[in-house]
Amino acid sequence: MEILRVENLHVEVEGKEILKGIDFGISKNEVCVLFGPNGAGKTTLLMSILGSPNYKITDGRIIFNGMDITNLEMNERASLGIGVAFQNPPEIIGVKLRDILRICTRKRVNEELTENELKLVEKFKLTRFLDRDINVGFSGGEKKRVEILQLLSMRPKLLLLDEPDSGVDVESLRLIGNEIQRYINETGGSALIITHHGEILEHVDAKTGFILLDGRISRRGNPGVIFHDILKSGYRECVKCLIRGAKK
Amino acid sequence: MKKWKRVDSLTELPHKILESAMKAGIDVDARNRSGSYMMIDHSAVIAKVNEYFKGKLEIMDTCDALMKYKWLRNYVWKLVDKEEDEYTKKADENLGGGYFLRIMKNAKIDLPLQSCLIMASENMEQNVHNIIIAEEGSNARIITGCTLHPDVRSGQHIGISEFFIKRNATLNFTMIHNWSEETKVRPRSAAVIEENGKFISNYIALKPVRDIQMYPSAICKGRDSMARFNTILYSHRGSLMDIGSKIELLGKNSKGEIVSRAIATDNSRIIARGMLIGNNSGVRGHLECRGILLDDSAEIRAIPELIGNRRDIDLSHEAAIGKIAEGEIIYLMSRGLSRDEATSVIVRGFLDVDILGLPKELNNEIRRLIEKTTTNL
Ligand SMILES: Nc1ncnc2c1ncn2[C@@H]1O[C@H](COP(=O)(O)OP(=O)(O)OP(=O)(O)O)[C@@H](O)[C@H]1O
Ligand SMILES: [Mg+2]
Repeated sequence: MEILRVENLHVEVEGKEILKGIDFGISKNEVCVLFGPNGAGKTTLLMSILGSPNYKITDGRIIFNGMDITNLEMNERASLGIGVAFQNPPEIIGVKLRDILRICTRKRVNEELTENELKLVEKFKLTRFLDRDINVGFSGGEKKRVEILQLLSMRPKLLLLDEPDSGVDVESLRLIGNEIQRYINETGGSALIITHHGEILEHVDAKTGFILLDGRISRRGNPGVIFHDILKSGYRECVKCLIRGAKK
Repeated sequence: MKKWKRVDSLTELPHKILESAMKAGIDVDARNRSGSYMMIDHSAVIAKVNEYFKGKLEIMDTCDALMKYKWLRNYVWKLVDKEEDEYTKKADENLGGGYFLRIMKNAKIDLPLQSCLIMASENMEQNVHNIIIAEEGSNARIITGCTLHPDVRSGQHIGISEFFIKRNATLNFTMIHNWSEETKVRPRSAAVIEENGKFISNYIALKPVRDIQMYPSAICKGRDSMARFNTILYSHRGSLMDIGSKIELLGKNSKGEIVSRAIATDNSRIIARGMLIGNNSGVRGHLECRGILLDDSAEIRAIPELIGNRRDIDLSHEAAIGKIAEGEIIYLMSRGLSRDEATSVIVRGFLDVDILGLPKELNNEIRRLIEKTTTNL
């Protein structure tokens, strides 16, 4: 059974078509990796699944857990179980990490975080950040930890991770990776991970990889093999060799 | 005009009066306060120090205090010029009361002192003169509210306040205004801070008002003295708020900070002024003004001014006006909030009470007030 199915997805940003017919799916409890050069449209794809209003879907559909969500608002998708860790999260003055975690865990007014939720904060070494304005003055690596913490606090069915490993030190990488893997094991959740260098894959077990190029998903296969091919011959050649291979 | 009788406890006052006082931050159960002063129209109804703080603190009606203490004459109109404008003149000619607060030498007062000025008669002109003296080495917080009886719509309030912060004293003064669309408000206040003294003045206005204009000033006269003005404004329903803060850094190594957060919507206007004047060696000052416009009918104008006349001073400012960043709304929506909910979370955060330097309980009280005002955005 699939948690996500994307069909013939066309997406425009600022009047320019970035995604030109994307087709792919993610099974329940599957972890997928999305590769692709800078500017290929990886973040665009994630944001479209998420429902960000800046990304205009001109054709195609998105099916989540058997339901067509193409026209749902972001918050409706969030409550269905789609969560994201942003590549570049914004700073919000006066809104504390604690406030956001209360939002992520759907707390009522005056309801505090539970002991277990606070334990997760502590695991991410972010307890002393609870009463700081979200992302204001956080280092690059701290921002990544804060993103994953929020994502896991939401307890989503599908985790969308936009470069969770960029600019993260080795210890934090291990922490982030282990926590994501643990969450997936425990909940049977699924994930779509964008990564350039694949560091996160040392700690997270991904079965499937894709390459996004020229607005399409051009190759599906074992992520380790794909990454190896990209390193060896570059994105374009890597896609071409697959097409040649298929023709043979 | 009705003359209001003295009461022994705030709870003896009519329910409606109490309710509006509470909206202006007054705690009716005065146990959490070191003392209370309340004036309705021109009558002081209560001026009382909590038993526990007797001898550390004095609260009186200004008129009574002037009779009791001859020396107090030296403090009246010392910092604010009575000839400054028509409002100061009016306040001088028809003094209608106000409070005299004195925190005694070395007194540390952990519960805030509260005062409240209420207009309860229609079309009333309330003229008050407040004198606040923080004696040497003292440390206290004052929370003061100005508000209107719920049945009253219009009036004019002129409030003269003069603050004297003596050597090594710290005073945190928080003022919450809760006027109505038909009131015109003209506070005129000034403070002088002596050696190593600290004055933190917080001003919060969240309710619509016809027109308020004020430009309080602080003179850091003593060496190593410090003044800070924090202003939180939410201007709606056609309000005009022309509000500034001025700090003159006269004492060597004195320090000044001005922070203002302004939100305007619904045909309102805010003029956020700020001025830092550096007149002595080693002084430092920073002015920060941020504004958010929630729609296209409102206007915010930020006018920061820095004046320096020494080589070794450090004055800076930053000002920014704009709408709520779409990226921030999207961020919160991705965590499960609707667009409207996300907007009010950002607005509330922007009107952040943490900047006021208040203890946690008081912060929470004011946060609740802000939440009440901003939930129906
Ligand atoms: N708001 C925007 N306005 C204009 N162009 C945009 C906007 N957002 C994205 N684009 C463009 O769309 C294209 C795809 O961007 P996207 O962020 O999806 O790339 P990416 O694959 O995530 O790249 P990276 O690896 O650098 O993160 C880029 O050419 C980018 O410049
Ligand atoms: Mg990207």
